[in-house]
Amino acid sequence: MKILVCISHVPDTTSKINFSEGDTKFDTNGVQFIINPNDEYGLTRAMWFKEKQGATVDVVNVGGPETEPTLRKALALGADGAIRVNTPAVDGYAVAEQLAKVFTDGSYDLVIAGRESIDYNGGMVPGMLAGLTDANFINTCISLEIDGTNVKAIREIDGGKETVSTTLPLVIGAQKGLVEESDLRIPNMRGIMMARKKPLTVLEPVEASQETESVKFEKPTPKGAVTLVSPDNLDELVNLLHNEAKVI
Amino acid sequence: MSVLVYTESEQGKYKKVAFEVASYARAVADQLGTTVTAISINAEDPSVLGTYGVTKVLHVKDAKLDTFNAKTYADVIKQAAEQEASKVVVVSSTADSKYLAPLLAIGLKAGYASNVVAAPTSVSPFTVKRTAFTNKAFNLTRISTDVKLVGLSKNSVGLKENATTAEVTDFSPSIPENGVHVEAVDKATNTVTIADAEIVVSGGRGLKGPENWGMIEELADVLDAATACSKPVSDLGWRPHGEHVGQTGKPVAANLYIAIGISGAIQHLAGINASKVKLVINTDPEAPFFKAADYGVVGDAFEVVPALTEKLKAFKAQNA
Ligand SMILES: Cc1cc2nc3c(=O)[nH]c(=O)nc-3n(C[C@H](O)[C@H](O)[C@H](O)COP(=O)(O)OP(=O)(O)OC[C@H]3O[C@@H](n4cnc5c(N)ncnc54)[C@H](O)[C@@H]3O)c2cc1C
Repeated sequence: MKILVCISHVPDTTSKINFSEGDTKFDTNGVQFIINPNDEYGLTRAMWFKEKQGATVDVVNVGGPETEPTLRKALALGADGAIRVNTPAVDGYAVAEQLAKVFTDGSYDLVIAGRESIDYNGGMVPGMLAGLTDANFINTCISLEIDGTNVKAIREIDGGKETVSTTLPLVIGAQKGLVEESDLRIPNMRGIMMARKKPLTVLEPVEASQETESVKFEKPTPKGAVTLVSPDNLDELVNLLHNEAKVI
Repeated sequence: MSVLVYTESEQGKYKKVAFEVASYARAVADQLGTTVTAISINAEDPSVLGTYGVTKVLHVKDAKLDTFNAKTYADVIKQAAEQEASKVVVVSSTADSKYLAPLLAIGLKAGYASNVVAAPTSVSPFTVKRTAFTNKAFNLTRISTDVKLVGLSKNSVGLKENATTAEVTDFSPSIPENGVHVEAVDKATNTVTIADAEIVVSGGRGLKGPENWGMIEELADVLDAATACSKPVSDLGWRPHGEHVGQTGKPVAANLYIAIGISGAIQHLAGINASKVKLVINTDPEAPFFKAADYGVVGDAFEVVPALTEKLKAFKAQNA
C-alpha cells in the first residue's frame, strides 16, 4: 500500500497571532512552526500501517522552502520520502489542486490529511482533494483498518460515532482519536540522522486557480475584566447569569 | 437566481441550525435583492421554514436519503443549486455540513468560505468575515468564483424571524451510488450534544477522576446543557473523545460555557472563544481562564458545583 500524508506547516499552538502590512499578512516574526496536530495523528497512523502491514509512506506539503524543516521532521518520524510542491498555499482549493496531481501521479492508495489546519481552519483540503480525484472520502476519522482494498473506519459525528465501510483509493480527514495520544512520537537522534539522507523532492506546481482570497485580518475586540463572585454568594451568580448575561 | 440554503434535519425534524442558516440566507438574499430557496431532505414540515424568510422549499422525500451520506447529499444539493441557478449557497457548520461542503464546492466549482460569522461585508466583490487561527483572529475573505459557497459558524448570527409563506415543491433528484457505506450509527439519544447545546458544562483535570462527573452531569441536567471536557480528561479516558473541546477537539460556540477545574490553556481557549458568556470555577485565582472569563468563582469545584446546582434548581422552580 502506498500512503501519502499531507503535512500542513502551521504556527505552534501557543503562538501569539499578529499581522503586518496593514493587517493583510500573518506576521511570522518569532513564530515557531510545527506539523499541524491533525496531520500528526494521521502520520502516526500511517507509520502503524508501514510497520504492521508493510506500507510505504510519503509526506507532502504545498509551500515555499520555509516549510522544509517541517517535512524533515516528518521524515525523522519515519516517513520514507517527502515532496514539496513549490508554490505558496494561497487557499484550500489551490492546495487541493496541487495535491490532486501528486496523488494521481504517484498512484497512492490512501491519502491522509488532517481534518483541518489550525491556522485557517478551513476544513476544505481533504474533501476537495477527494472531490477532484473521485476518491472515496471519510472525514473526522477516528479509526481506520485496511484489509487489501477493503476499508473499515469509524468517524466522529455530532453526538456520537458512525461506522463506515469503503474501498481504496481513499482520502481521510484525520483527527484526534485516530491514534492513542501515547503513540505520538518525538523524533530521536537516529531518526533525525536518517531523515537527512531521505529524498525531499521539490516539484514545480501545476497551473491552478485561486477561488478565494484573504483581504484582511482583524483581531477580536479585547474583553472586559471578569466579574468575580464569592463562592458564598451563588445567588448573586444566578442573578447575574439571568439578569445581566441573560443566558439562563 | 435565489440564494440556496441547505436546511438540515434529523428524523424528520429541523435542527436549530437550519433556522439559523435560513435567517442568514435571507439576510444575504436581501443584500442581493433576491429570494431564498431551501433544499430540505426528508423533513416533515417544510412550511415552517417560511418563518425564517424562505419563500420556496425544494422538498425531497426519499428513503435512500434516510441515512446521511456526504457525497450523495452533496450531489442532491448540487442538483438543487443548478436548478435554481443559485449564485450563493449556504450551509451550516455541523459535522455533516462540514463533511459535504468541500465535495459540494468541487461539484459546483464554487469558492468556499467556512466558519463565516457575519453577513457579507460586501456582495460585489463577495466578501465575508470568517474566523481564523482557531478563533484568535478574523479574516475577511473574498470569493471570486461565479458560484459562492458559505459555511456559517454556529450561533454566529442567531435566528431571525422574517415571516413569509414558503411554497413547498417536490423535488426528485437523481440519487447516485456512492462508495462509502454507513454501516452503523451510534448516537446518544436524549442527551444534548455539544453541537446543538445553548449551554455547555465542561470539566477539566481539576475534577480528579471520572467518578466525580456525576456533579457535572447534574449541573448540565438542570441547565439542559451538554457536557464537555478538556483534552487531558479525554486522553486519560475519563470522558469520551467526542466531548473534548479546544483546538484539537470540538469548537464550542454556546451562549454560556461553564469551565470547571480547567486551567484555560491557550489550546483550550481557542476552541471556546466563540462562546458568548464564559463562567469559570477554579481553585486557583491565577488560572489563566479567569482572564478570558466573564464571570468567575474562585473556589473548590466539589463545593461550588453542587451548591450552584441547588440554586439553579430553585431558580428554575421559581421561574417555571
Ligand atoms: C498541540 C496541542 C493541542 C492541544 N489541544 C487541546 C485542546 O484541544 N483542548 C484542550 O483542552 N487542551 C489542549 N491541549 C492541552 C492544553 O495545553 C492543556 O494541557 C489542557 O487544556 C489542560 O487541561 P486542564 O485545564 O483540564 O488540566 P490542568 O492544566 O491540570 O488544570 C486543571 C485546573 O483545575 C484546577 N483545579 C484543581 N482542583 C480543583 C478543584 N477542586 N476545584 C476547581 N478547580 C480545581 C486547577 O487550578 C487547574 O487550573 C493541547 C496541547 C497541545 C500541545
